[in-house]
Amino acid sequence: MVINKISTAEQVIMKVQTGDTLMVGGFGLVGSPLTLIDALTRHDAGNLTIISNNVGEAGKGLGLLLRQDRLKKAVGSYFTSNREVAKWYNDGLLELELLPQGTFSEAIRAGGAGIGGFYTKTAVGTDLAAGKETKLIDGETYVLEKPLKANVALIRAWKADLKGNLIYYKTARNFNPLMASAADYVIAEVDEIVDERDLSPEEIVTPHLYVDAIVESRLILTREGVVERDI
Amino acid sequence: MTFKERIAKKAAEQLVPCSIINLGIGIPTLVANYLDKDAYYLHTENGLLGVTSVAEEDIDPLLVNAGKLPVGEAAGASYFHSADSFSMIRGGHIDVAILGALQVDSKGMVANWAIPGKDIIGVGGAMDLLVGAKKIIITTNHVAKDGTPKFVKECTYPVTSTRQADILITDLAVFHWKNGRYELTELMGDTSLKDVEENTTAFYKVSEQLLEKRR
Repeated sequence: MVINKISTAEQVIMKVQTGDTLMVGGFGLVGSPLTLIDALTRHDAGNLTIISNNVGEAGKGLGLLLRQDRLKKAVGSYFTSNREVAKWYNDGLLELELLPQGTFSEAIRAGGAGIGGFYTKTAVGTDLAAGKETKLIDGETYVLEKPLKANVALIRAWKADLKGNLIYYKTARNFNPLMASAADYVIAEVDEIVDERDLSPEEIVTPHLYVDAIVESRLILTREGVVERDI
Repeated sequence: MTFKERIAKKAAEQLVPCSIINLGIGIPTLVANYLDKDAYYLHTENGLLGVTSVAEEDIDPLLVNAGKLPVGEAAGASYFHSADSFSMIRGGHIDVAILGALQVDSKGMVANWAIPGKDIIGVGGAMDLLVGAKKIIITTNHVAKDGTPKFVKECTYPVTSTRQADILITDLAVFHWKNGRYELTELMGDTSLKDVEENTTAFYKVSEQLLEKRR
């Protein structure tokens, strides 16, 4: 039997249910699964908790879902990149959980690796460690951070084979390989679907066991902004 | 040269060749302009070791630095995911982080992520870098836009870490953390000791060498 995980954005986005926790890759719009987010704007799941470094930009990427009032909570490190986030937060319409970016990344890694938490020196003695358990290890104070997990991960990669092996492009990699490991159902949006013989086993960043579905990207980030590409 | 460029050039002078360096947003980004490209390795926390400048016609929208500005890829560069990138930072593999600041105080504490009374919605990698880099250089204007000192007795803004900054470089002077306090080691341009004194509320010591030179 030949495994083929290719699907369409419209079909596979139905996996997202109201009240779900979603991981969404990308550093701003770089490496953001723009096609899957676009499909989500036309699907009715709401009350979503989003684990993503940013809530996109104003009216772009995840910023579209914010404007649709679909988000209950956002967990990330830098919401400043979407100026509309502060307004939603101040109006009591969006909960925020702010984590240092290294802690955020490691919490996703831990979630995907079956680790129940980790101690880090980052944020010790600051407002972001308030209320968190601390521990003295070999004379230094560490703060306990819990893992992050999700129901569905929406990620972006550069190339995939039919099984779902993934490789990434330049700094569009960022949080995507981590998120591929930390959700029950992982949807990878990719720019190219290639024959498995075209990917060298040594270059695979995300082995296929992490990936449940593959969607070919329709929306891409160019110098002119987000555009629809010809497939 | 603008005052920002003078600060950046001074910061570049503090660096040892072959160092792994992480540059923050603002004045720190300018430091790259004063480095021999072949002698330093620039790390950016969004997943690249080997950052270099890029010509306008070669800009790739999917190749950016932590400030989301377009950058280039040096020979021998490598890409990695965010958890690996922050392992490099927290694990002590970055030699120097050059960062901006809202306030630095007499105890060496740095505040550079939040302003009281304003929305606290972003921290990025600031806390990880302060904790993990082997050496911290802070580059900033000596005073805020409204003229109030940024080098203060004790931070009134939320601190970013409990770790001291090793070097503070402003448009007025250079300070090194030494024996539990800052020592003013160098004056920038034609700044006088009195200029520094009048624009600082922090406690600092003027280095013996500098006093000697001025006698």
